[in-house]
Amino acid sequence: MSILIDADTRILVQGFTGRQGSFHAERMLEYGSRVIGGVTPGKGGQEVLGLPVWNSVSEAVAEQAIDASIIFVPARFAADAIMEAADAGIGLICCITEHIPVHDMIKVRAYVSMKGCRLLGANCPGVISPGKSKMGIMPNQLFSPGTTGIVSRSGTLTYEVADALSQLGVGQSSVVGIGGDPIQGTNFIDVLKMFAGDPDTERVVMIGEIGGTAEQTAAEYLMAHHPNLPVFGFIAGMSAPPGKRMGHAGAIVSGGGGTSAADKINMFRSMGFPVADHVEQLAEIVKASLEGRN
Amino acid sequence: MNLHEYQTKSLLEREGIPVPQGAVAMTPDGARQIAIDFGSVVAVKAQVLTGGRGKAGGIRLAENPDEAEDAAAHILGMDIKGHKVQRVLVEQASHIKTELYLAALIDRTSQQIMVMASSEGGMEIEEVAARSPERIRRIYADPFMGIRSYQCTRLAREIELPVALWPAFHRLVSKLHAALIKHDADLLEINPLIINDSDQLVALDGKMTLDDNALYRQPEFGSELGSEDQHPTEVEALNAGLNFVYLGGNVACLANGAGLAMATMDAVKYYGGDPANFLDLGGGSSVEQVTQAVRIMVRDPGVRALLVNVAGGITRCDEVAEGMAAAMDEIETRIPFVVRLVGTNEAEAHRILEPYDVEFASRFSEAAKRVVELAREGAA
Repeated sequence: MSILIDADTRILVQGFTGRQGSFHAERMLEYGSRVIGGVTPGKGGQEVLGLPVWNSVSEAVAEQAIDASIIFVPARFAADAIMEAADAGIGLICCITEHIPVHDMIKVRAYVSMKGCRLLGANCPGVISPGKSKMGIMPNQLFSPGTTGIVSRSGTLTYEVADALSQLGVGQSSVVGIGGDPIQGTNFIDVLKMFAGDPDTERVVMIGEIGGTAEQTAAEYLMAHHPNLPVFGFIAGMSAPPGKRMGHAGAIVSGGGGTSAADKINMFRSMGFPVADHVEQLAEIVKASLEGRN
Repeated sequence: MNLHEYQTKSLLEREGIPVPQGAVAMTPDGARQIAIDFGSVVAVKAQVLTGGRGKAGGIRLAENPDEAEDAAAHILGMDIKGHKVQRVLVEQASHIKTELYLAALIDRTSQQIMVMASSEGGMEIEEVAARSPERIRRIYADPFMGIRSYQCTRLAREIELPVALWPAFHRLVSKLHAALIKHDADLLEINPLIINDSDQLVALDGKMTLDDNALYRQPEFGSELGSEDQHPTEVEALNAGLNFVYLGGNVACLANGAGLAMATMDAVKYYGGDPANFLDLGGGSSVEQVTQAVRIMVRDPGVRALLVNVAGGITRCDEVAEGMAAAMDEIETRIPFVVRLVGTNEAEAHRILEPYDVEFASRFSEAAKRVVELAREGAA
C-alpha cells in the first residue's frame, strides 16, 4: 500500500510535447510509472516517447482509462489545464507549474473541490510511492521503498530528506510535496489523514518552513486525531531574517501568533514531536527510533 | 510587489473609494506649490515601502505653504529603516472623528478572499489583534458568488458602525473586494479608514501588494518590477528571475527552491558560519540565470567562500554546472567554491566542473562544514 498512487495508477501528462513535460514523462516511464499518453492542444495524433498525444483531456479519457493527470503547461495556461482535467472527471490532478496567479488558483481550488477531485499543488514536486510509481519531477535515484511517509511544503528539501533517509536504509511508503503556494489543492492535514489510514505507513516525516501557521494547525490535528502516529519534524528558515512585510494584515491574520521557524519548532517540541536541527540529523533521529523499536 | 501610498490611493480613487485630495512632490518647492493650490492645512507624508514612518517623523502637518516647504525639506532624503525618502505625498488634512480598519486579502487559512474590519483602526492595530482578537471581525468571499450584501451588514454591525453609514460601508467593501481581484492584489489595506467631520468614510492611508505572478496582465505596474528603494543587487537579481535577499555575512549560498535555500543557510549558521545571502534559483532555471547568480554573489566584497547546494528535479544539475563554468571562465576570483549537485543529470554536471578549481561534497552537512572552514581561512 501507499497513498495517492501505486503501481496500477494510469497517468496522463498535460503539456506532454513541451520540454519539461516530455523530459519528466520519460523519467517517470524509466521509474516504472504507467504513463498512458499526453495532451497538447493542436498536436493531437502525434506520438511522444511512443505514446499517443491527444488535443484535449476529454479526448484522452474517451479512448483510455485514466486515473490521474500531471500538468506541465506554462503558468498562463495552467489554471485552465487543471479545470480541464477536473471537468473531464480525472480523480487526481497534480500541477507542477509554478507562478500561477493566486486569484486564478482560488477559483480553481473551489471548482476542483466542487467536482470532487483531488488537486496536488500547484507549484509542487508531485508524489512518489517508491518502487511502485512516480508522478512528479523528483530525481528517481534518491528514493527507496519502505514504511516512512514524507509530506513537505518544499520540493528540493524533500529530495534531500529522502536521500538522507535512504542512505541510512530508511525507505519511504509515499513522499508527497504539497507545494509552497498560498492556495493549495492539498494541505498537510489532508496528507496526514491519508498516511494515518495507510497500513504500510508506520511513521511520518513532516517538512515545514517559516511563514503561515499550517504546521501548527497540522500539529494540533495530529494531537487530536492521531496521537499514536509517530511524527518527526523539520522546519527550514531558522537563520532567515524577519520578512519584508508590508501592512499589518499578516500579523493580524495570525492573531499575533508566531510564524517564525523557532515558534514552529517550539510548538512541535512542546507537543512531543522530535524536531531536527539539520537534514542528516533528521534521518538519524528517524533511524534511531526504528532501532529503539526493534 | 508593494505599492506606495500615493499609488494605492490613486487606484482607490479610480475605483470610487473616497480618499483625501493630494499630490506627490519630489522637492520642497513642489510641496509648497501643492499647498498653495489646496489653500488649506496639509499633511506632508514620506512615501516609503516600510511601516513606522509616523514614529520616525515622516509625517508632518503644515498650516501654510511655508511650513509645507519646511516639512518636505525635512522629510525628503530622510532614512526610514534603510529606505531613503524620495517623494512626499501632500494632502488636504482631514478632520478625524473615528479611526477604523479595513482590509481585503488572500487568506491562506480559509483559502479564500477575506475582508477584515475593526472599530479600532490606526497605528495600534497589531496590538489590538494580539490583545483582543475578537475586535477584528471577518467575512469571506465565495470564489463564485463574491461578497453578499448581508455579509457587509453583519460586518458593519459587528464593528459598531453607525446605521446611517451602513450603505456607504457596503459600497466600500464591494469596491475593495472588486479592486483586489481586478488588480491581482494579495492585499489591499485601508488603515485608518476614517469617519470625517462630514460623516463620510475616507481612506486616510492605503497599502497594496500585487501578486508578482500576475504582473504580466497588469501593465500599469508590471513595468515597475523592482522598486526604487530595494537593495540594487536585489533588483538586479529580480530582473534575472532570481529570488535574492542580501544578508551581509561571508558565506555566499546558492540553492534551488526556497526551502532548500533556507535549509542551506540554516546549516551554514549551524556550523558556525554567517550566510551572506539567500539565493533561490527557482525551478528549472537556465544556464544564464546561474551565471548571473554566481556573478552577483562573487561581486560581494564580504564573501569569503561560496556554497552551491542544488537538488536537481526540474532543475538540471548539468545546466547549473554549465552556468557556473561560464561564470568562472569570465571572472577572476580567488573565492573558493564548494559544490554539491545531486539529482537530475548529476554525473554530467560533475564532468563539466571537473577541470575547474572547485571542491565537491556529497553530503549536505559535509558541504556546510567545509564552506564554513574555507570562509574562516579566507578571513584569517
